[in-house]
Amino acid sequence: MTISTRVQEIFRETGAIAALTLRAITGIFQKPYYQREFVTQLDKIGVGSLFIILLTGLFTGMVMSLQALIQLKPFAATSYVGGMVAMVMVKELGPVLSALMVTGRVGSAITAELGTMVVTEQVDAMRVEGTDIVKRLVVSRLKAILVALPLLAVVTDTVALFGGYLMAAGSGVNLIMYLHSIPQFMALQDMFEGLAKPAFFGVIIAMIGCQVGLSTRGGAEGVGSSAKRAVVLSSVLILVADFFLTKIFIAFR
Amino acid sequence: MDRVRMGIMPSTGIRLDKVTYSVGGRLILQDFDLSLDRGVNRTILGVSGAGKTTILKLILGLIPPNSGSITIDGTEITGLSEARLREVRRPIAVVFQGGALFDSMTVGENVGYRLIEQGTKNPAEIERVVLEKLGFVGLEDAIDLYPAELSGGMKKRVAIARALAADPGYILFDEPTTGLDPIGVYNICELMRRLQQQGKTTLMVTHDLHTAFQVSQRFSFLHEARLVFEGTREELMAAGMEVTREFLSPTPRSLFAYTSPERTTA
Ligand SMILES: Nc1ncnc2c1ncn2[C@@H]1O[C@H](COP(=O)(O)OP(=O)(O)O)[C@@H](O)[C@H]1O
Ligand SMILES: [Mg+2]
Repeated sequence: MTISTRVQEIFRETGAIAALTLRAITGIFQKPYYQREFVTQLDKIGVGSLFIILLTGLFTGMVMSLQALIQLKPFAATSYVGGMVAMVMVKELGPVLSALMVTGRVGSAITAELGTMVVTEQVDAMRVEGTDIVKRLVVSRLKAILVALPLLAVVTDTVALFGGYLMAAGSGVNLIMYLHSIPQFMALQDMFEGLAKPAFFGVIIAMIGCQVGLSTRGGAEGVGSSAKRAVVLSSVLILVADFFLTKIFIAFR
Repeated sequence: MDRVRMGIMPSTGIRLDKVTYSVGGRLILQDFDLSLDRGVNRTILGVSGAGKTTILKLILGLIPPNSGSITIDGTEITGLSEARLREVRRPIAVVFQGGALFDSMTVGENVGYRLIEQGTKNPAEIERVVLEKLGFVGLEDAIDLYPAELSGGMKKRVAIARALAADPGYILFDEPTTGLDPIGVYNICELMRRLQQQGKTTLMVTHDLHTAFQVSQRFSFLHEARLVFEGTREELMAAGMEVTREFLSPTPRSLFAYTSPERTTA
């Protein structure tokens, strides 16, 4: 493939993802709502991801706390450890880690599921049976991720704070001190940032998962390579988007 | 029907006129003509990869042709929006090659799917239709099973039941007997014959001549992007074309080696 056809391909695909995103977001507010499909997806995405989210949250919180304690000890400022863990988790690591976990677990599954439906002609069959596949297959997944991912980020943050406290307690920081330092580092806007980022990442995961899945070609092999492509693309885009979102939030401080 | 002939009502049937379709730089169909009147049953024969499935997807508006015209009961479908296509597709149903049953739904939900999509609210009415259609294919007992629990032949029968749910006028079959054992083939052929007796218009694409002779009176050959023959079984035998001889012989050589058709009906 030459560079110019590659560039053309990238532009074509970006355009396709943008168009699908537009249709899906407007579709959220239009009937039919396919409630059952939404609930199924919410269960798969939200409840299904809970365990790995708890694990990643707990260990990340513990390690953040350990690192912060090393830095704070020479200044006799270990009582600030709660605030530092909270700030890093809520604004950055909570949203990004939960989004990356959901990409690996759910984004790839969405792509594989839709890709399988394409290569087995189930998507064609749905269209013939009169279904708007964007509404049924894409909007339901987008809605489920939009609800689930901010909640999962909050769970990550909470568990991380708990893990952080376990480590802090070992260094003689008591619970009152730990909790008291949190509002000293955090403003209301930071909480908002901690919810807006995962929502935005959710759009990335859902839309790339769906677009790559629905454009799958070539049997079971095609499904595998689609899933891999979706995970790589989403992960990179999440990290890039995180940078620009942070810039925007700083500008509005 | 008289009013159709007098030209008061729009023409019925499915027509493809000078349709050209290429994908990935390969020409699949070129100036392809096909006309399927209501009430007839037709079979298009062709080797694997000839473009048989492509014809069905073009008729259903699932893929757009590069050029040419496709009409369903007088309505031109090329260039229509997906929403308009949903309307135009209503009288057509299709049995895809592998059945294309929805994995995540039971057999009953698969069969009732189109009714729900088209707005039937009454659960009793849906259940009545589902049982009736499953009864037609002899699979009432499978109503609560999932597609993964069915054999290949059962999947195709459920797919036929699903296709019948909204009482379509036209039914398209993509290789309905491919990969089935002899009893499975017999069952499907029997079902197709019964549908024809009910006056359904059927179009089957297949590479299996045996199935074609079982269920159709008229045949066409898709060869090198066009139909190269159209006629009855007797005409087919009498024509003695190399392309058909190869198809009829017990050990056909590759049809791709064959280049110039002796007769073209396009
Ligand atoms: N999306 C696609 N990209 C590239 N080639 C395709 C695509 N879809 C179909 N083809 C090619 O078009 C040809 C006709 O396909 P198809 O209509 O499925 O054949 P048939 O049903 O007769 O076996 C095949 O050679 C197939 O490889
Ligand atoms: Mg085919």
